Amino acid sequence: MNLFKLFRRGTAPIARERLQILLAHERNARSQPDLLGVLREEILALISRHVSFNPDKVQIKMDRGKSVSTLAVDIEIPNTVPLMYQKAI
Amino acid sequence: MNDKRSARVVVVTSGKGGVGKTTSTAALGAALAQRGDKVVVIDFDVGLRNLDLVLGAERRVVFDLINVIHGVAKLPQALIRDKRLENLYLLPASQTRDKDALTEEGVAKVIAELRSKFDWIICDSPAGIERGATLAMRYADTAIVVTNPEVSSVRDSDRIIGLLDSKTDKAERGECVDKHLLITRYQPWRAARGEILTIDDVLEILSIPLVGIIPESEEVLRASNVGTPVTLNNASSAPARAYFDAARRLKGEEIPMHIPSDSRGILNKLFGRKAA
Repeated sequence: MNLFKLFRRGTAPIARERLQILLAHERNARSQPDLLGVLREEILALISRHVSFNPDKVQIKMDRGKSVSTLAVDIEIPNTVPLMYQKAI
Repeated sequence: MNDKRSARVVVVTSGKGGVGKTTSTAALGAALAQRGDKVVVIDFDVGLRNLDLVLGAERRVVFDLINVIHGVAKLPQALIRDKRLENLYLLPASQTRDKDALTEEGVAKVIAELRSKFDWIICDSPAGIERGATLAMRYADTAIVVTNPEVSSVRDSDRIIGLLDSKTDKAERGECVDKHLLITRYQPWRAARGEILTIDDVLEILSIPLVGIIPESEEVLRASNVGTPVTLNNASSAPARAYFDAARRLKGEEIPMHIPSDSRGILNKLFGRKAA
């Protein structure tokens, strides 16, 4: 048994560490509903009805201040014909 | 059946599939019945039932849980009494319906009716976190979280513990489901080599009390092959003894935890064969 220990180190400590980090994150996410995720989904669904854009070129940021918070939505829209007019052509 | 009892409702759950929920339900149910308690085990895995098979009652199923919920059959008609243990009963799941046939009200009614007739109601949860799993845990007083010492199983168990603390009847009433960890398929020789998470690792991560450690064993496979709970098929085997101890701990007895050790001979060690 000890020979094994000499030749190779087990991978269990890596498993433990990865789990500890992951679960700390997941437990935190569970306790507060994903407001930003919901906002992102609904805003993108609304905008995509009218213009086409690359979902990767979207940034949504929320800054929480003491008295007010700000929500910044940054969507890069290519200079092509908007969807609503494409349909008409 | 007399009506003077007041059952404890136990859910056997895990999130992940294949970790040993059904095997553990059968073994713990049998162990409690072998000690004289009156036990009913309920299969909540609608569409993929297996508790009947593990208990060797697959050819005796006439009515099931869904039939009772829909009023097609009365509860006593659907209960199957074990041929070896007169205190052990099975309420099978439906094989032809899907999980949507389960209703919260229906499950509540069945559990309420069983409570006065049994000492233990053990609900075998399906894998996953959907309807079947949430309804299996819905009315539980006690939960047994079945976990393998492996990353995906531990992560899913953590998720299930979160659900037990939020989506159960007890949690919604501001009370707490009594949670116990049952580590199954534990391979001491792998733990000794640092290949799998140790018992302490899993306990530290999940932080719920340990009710038992079931060693990986061919006895478990042998028992399910013949349709007999392992506690009945080979009562002196290592997994059976671990299940008996776990059953006693569930009843509130304090007995020292036996951590399985590597009991293989030198040749088996050299050739890396599994211990029984």
